[in-house]
Amino acid sequence: MRSLRDAFITFRRSPLLSALSVTTIAFSLFAFGLFGLVALNIRQALDKLEDRVEIRAFVVEGTPSELVDGATADIESFPEVQSARAITQAEALARAKRELGEFRDVFEGAVLPASIDIKLKPGSRDPATLKRVAARVQAYAFLNDVRYGEEWISKLYRLRNIASITGIVLGLAFAAVSVIIIGTTIRMAVLSRAQEISIMRLVGATDSYIRRPFLLEGFAKGVAGGLLALLLTWFASLLINRYIVETAFFDERTAALGLLFGAMIGLIGSAISVGRHLRSV
Amino acid sequence: MIRFTHVTKTYPRTGTAVQDVSLHIGKGEFAFLTGASGAGKTTLLRMVYLEERPTVGEVRVSGTSSLDATARDVARLRRKLGIVFQDFRLLENRTAEQNVAFALECTGAAPATIAPRVARVLGQVGLSSKGTAYPRELSGGEQQRVAIARALVNDPFVLLADEPTGNLDDRATRGIFQLLREINAAGTAVLMATHNLELIRRNDFRTIEMNRGSVVYDSAEQAPPQEAMEL
Repeated sequence: MRSLRDAFITFRRSPLLSALSVTTIAFSLFAFGLFGLVALNIRQALDKLEDRVEIRAFVVEGTPSELVDGATADIESFPEVQSARAITQAEALARAKRELGEFRDVFEGAVLPASIDIKLKPGSRDPATLKRVAARVQAYAFLNDVRYGEEWISKLYRLRNIASITGIVLGLAFAAVSVIIIGTTIRMAVLSRAQEISIMRLVGATDSYIRRPFLLEGFAKGVAGGLLALLLTWFASLLINRYIVETAFFDERTAALGLLFGAMIGLIGSAISVGRHLRSV
Repeated sequence: MIRFTHVTKTYPRTGTAVQDVSLHIGKGEFAFLTGASGAGKTTLLRMVYLEERPTVGEVRVSGTSSLDATARDVARLRRKLGIVFQDFRLLENRTAEQNVAFALECTGAAPATIAPRVARVLGQVGLSSKGTAYPRELSGGEQQRVAIARALVNDPFVLLADEPTGNLDDRATRGIFQLLREINAAGTAVLMATHNLELIRRNDFRTIEMNRGSVVYDSAEQAPPQEAMEL
């Protein structure tokens, strides 16, 4: 209780330094948040693209529909497959016309091949699985042409891997910079109270007693900085949505995790700074 | 109560600060610790409150040994010691009362007992009317009284004073010294490091003189050397 009061008193006694700490934490987390937002949106865009991954197996003309239906049911029972749908020649033509919009008249009188369209389950849409499933589908004699855009899927996956690795590396770098900046800010707060700490030790306060208000203060600054960062990120996302491009924002769970991250950085930064100070005096 | 047994303190960079010191300060005793700057007085005092540990030998203070005291033991020991310095070490943003109360708050005193205890010690050091003053509003002598009040508020068995009159004029020095005598008369031992030979000569208390880290004279054991009186 006393530690809580002490932490609060510190906020009141040195409002400028406290505000500076909170702002520094907020801005480092804001930079981290913006980067997270970019990473999240790239990931969602890639997920959307991935959602369009499908295998199309064209049916040899004249194949009885019972055979096609049987194969469709068979393929749908593959563990990697989410759905398989038989598309008749008429449906293929209608779809092509629909997709081509104003050029639909070029299909007048055309015949398009029937197909089985296969969608894979999320997590099974990688090039290797696609290739494997395509090979199995090709085993049906009446499915002589199986396509799945091998080249662009490989590119998509390469892009995804690069995005993931870049995300992890940059994310770690941003987090490390945040921890360093926040640690330094809290160290300033500790140094500004160095005399108080030395007197506490002289009169017999235990290290844990000395540490507690700093930890609480660090935690509170982390939470306040995290909240401010969240608000700034939300505002930035709002502006981007309005003036540049439609973007997604963190869900509640991720936002709460961000806040917790801020609190933890505040707490850990304080613990390290006070610990170092107590060891050095 | 305070016992140094063959204590040597060596620093890696500056060398030996205290050399093979053995001495004992008894309960309720008043002792001056004197010697030139750099003689080792402050290091000796710092070893009493275990801010420094001996490189060789043992310091034992009220049952706590420098050989095996944990951080918690050190904190517990310091609650039974009062420490004052030449530069007062008061918190500028707290009033006299708050500075004294701080020592109680830090050591977990029951909140209800703090105000009466602070009032009592401020009365004892003659500052009852200045409790709400900030250090900058007080004279040097008054600031040192606040520091002494803070040192006394936990009822220590010994008061360690490192050049407590070093920053004060003659009149304030006399006042502070009189206060230390009264504190001693009430049963608290006082170990006072000082350069002030006039003060030592005028008062018939035990005198321990240090030179280059060693105790060269202890009035409890032998007659004063000629040069000590000529310093």
